[in-house]
Amino acid sequence: MAAVTPSIGGVDVLRRNNVVVTGNETGPAVLLAHGFGCDQNLWRRIVPDLAERCRVVLFDHTGCGRSDVSAWSAERYSGLDGYADDVLEICSALDLRDVVLVGHSVSAMIAVLAANREPERFAQLVLLTPSPCYVDDDDYRGGFSREDVDELLAALESNYLGWSAAMAPVIVDNPDRPELAEELKNSFCRTDPAIARVFARATFLSDNRTDLARVTVPTLVIQCAVDAIAPPEVGQYTHEQIAGSELVTLNATGHCPQLSAPEITAKAILEFVDTR
Amino acid sequence: MTWDSGTFAALLEDSAEDLYDNAPCGYVSTLLDGTIAKINATLLAWLGYDRDELVGRRRFPELLTVGGRMYYETHFAPLLQMQGEIGGVALEVRTADGTRLPVLLTSTVKNGPGGEAQLIRTTVFDARDRRAYEEELLRARQQAERERDKAQQLARTLQQTLLPPALPVIPGVQVEARYHPASLDQVGGDFYDVFPLGGDTWGFFLGDVSGKGVDAAVVTSLTRYTLRAAAINNPDPVSVLKNLNTVLNHAKSRLCTVIYGCIRPAGDGATVTLATGGHTPPLLLRADGTAELVELPGGQLVGVLPDARVVTTELRLTPGDVLLCYTDGLTEARVDGAVRYSEEELRDDLAGLAPATAVSVIAAAGRLLAGFGDGVEDDTALLAFGVEPLGAISPVS
Repeated sequence: MAAVTPSIGGVDVLRRNNVVVTGNETGPAVLLAHGFGCDQNLWRRIVPDLAERCRVVLFDHTGCGRSDVSAWSAERYSGLDGYADDVLEICSALDLRDVVLVGHSVSAMIAVLAANREPERFAQLVLLTPSPCYVDDDDYRGGFSREDVDELLAALESNYLGWSAAMAPVIVDNPDRPELAEELKNSFCRTDPAIARVFARATFLSDNRTDLARVTVPTLVIQCAVDAIAPPEVGQYTHEQIAGSELVTLNATGHCPQLSAPEITAKAILEFVDTR
Repeated sequence: MTWDSGTFAALLEDSAEDLYDNAPCGYVSTLLDGTIAKINATLLAWLGYDRDELVGRRRFPELLTVGGRMYYETHFAPLLQMQGEIGGVALEVRTADGTRLPVLLTSTVKNGPGGEAQLIRTTVFDARDRRAYEEELLRARQQAERERDKAQQLARTLQQTLLPPALPVIPGVQVEARYHPASLDQVGGDFYDVFPLGGDTWGFFLGDVSGKGVDAAVVTSLTRYTLRAAAINNPDPVSVLKNLNTVLNHAKSRLCTVIYGCIRPAGDGATVTLATGGHTPPLLLRADGTAELVELPGGQLVGVLPDARVVTTELRLTPGDVLLCYTDGLTEARVDGAVRYSEEELRDDLAGLAPATAVSVIAAAGRLLAGFGDGVEDDTALLAFGVEPLGAISPVS
């Protein structure tokens, strides 16, 4: 069930999630949802290719990047439903239709939740390096244990990467003075460590395996040949659970092919968009 | 002996290769996919591997702990690819015998002549001492956070004992109150209460003890129980406040400002008798849209003089009228740096609510407080009485 939220207006949604629209206005709407650990900057290497033919919509999840951090609450964002609500609110605010929703990493499952809630809104889903469940469970191999997730939280705790408590109030308290954030743009993907912690738990402790079978929107699963976070078996599992889905395995290493192999990633997405 | 450059060279017997291999830090160069291409002797010794076991065979991220690798793949690697460098990241590597070694990693991307990324160069520093020190700091911080939670819990509990758990139902009169603490760490010095006096009369008070914290809470508690006890003895507002003045003078501790009043529903409205000792004037919002501050000039602070002057007034609430008592946390909030809000601005800002209800007025005052944010420096107590506007459906009481 979705988190209960006060309804907010469209302009507020666009500001809350730092929504950026670019590319070919007459093309299909492609909404890019970044994963845990970064912000919309993660898409920068494939945006030019997509923008030639598509209307590309970028945003930062609430609490990440340059979203309105004051809109974040542990209550709403401790599960993936709150993020899926945001995605649907962005679609509604921009009145997007026949959307191609591309979700990377944890956002692949956020995309699944959003598409299951309003299937009529979406034309296609692209799940980039998805995992419906990171923690091993009986016969299912997600690749991680609870202890591993705790270890990740400890690593987050000791690495604030570009975040300093002294700067936080400056960014948080001055949403109307973007130049303050501008000075800090040298460090991408800054996230308040307290927020990152909640997002990490939501990401790595969620189990969305049963949501896969409910997907009715045409879906493409893209995985990397070598990926420590979402290994090929997990991509295969995701593909098998979504009836009629396609699976593309990129000859790439790592969890972020949109950075490490941008050309083939963009190509895979565009070829799928062409099948509409 | 003179120290020329030749002497240095002979003494140090240094070469770039020796400097690389036996540097006081680990060096590792990897392909873009993380495959180890070159690694120095220092790092091999730390890890307990032979060169052949690693070069061309293993990816550097595989040497990290699993949780550390999750961090590496979701944070380190994307940032490195976007920025071309990343520094001072604290992770742990697993040595050949399974021991964890805390390290600090700094990486840069080496570009080819055409600007294309070719290699990742990483320095690895032994961070055992630093990590132990950081863990100490972390433990101290967590301890401090726990203590703070406890203090806040205590302050909250104490605060609750100073406020009525529920407001009584007064026939034909809507009562609404709110307490807005300026700090979660300290008990505030504001208080209010509404209680039956028997017959068709209810007593109420709202006030502010100077200062905050435990000392103020003691006086707040004394004040609240003195007012309740004095009102049962003789509900006349002047008598009640004189009683309080005597008690606070004996206590010789703190002073306070207070409004004490009685409210009696009658006909289609209610009659209110107000007495005040030096408190900010209550706001009377009339159904016709007029708004006035109920000035009670001449009332003196309670607890200072042996025989403080108390002044009273009587007013009538008719349908759609609301009387709002408040403490100066609201009217002395900073609205713009040095500029403070005022009673007059409060009057003008709330006048537009007419015909108002107690609930709508408290909600509007709450929005004002929320809007002031950190500008609210003191606690605020709000207490409102309203007579339902004509035509509104009254709850059966």
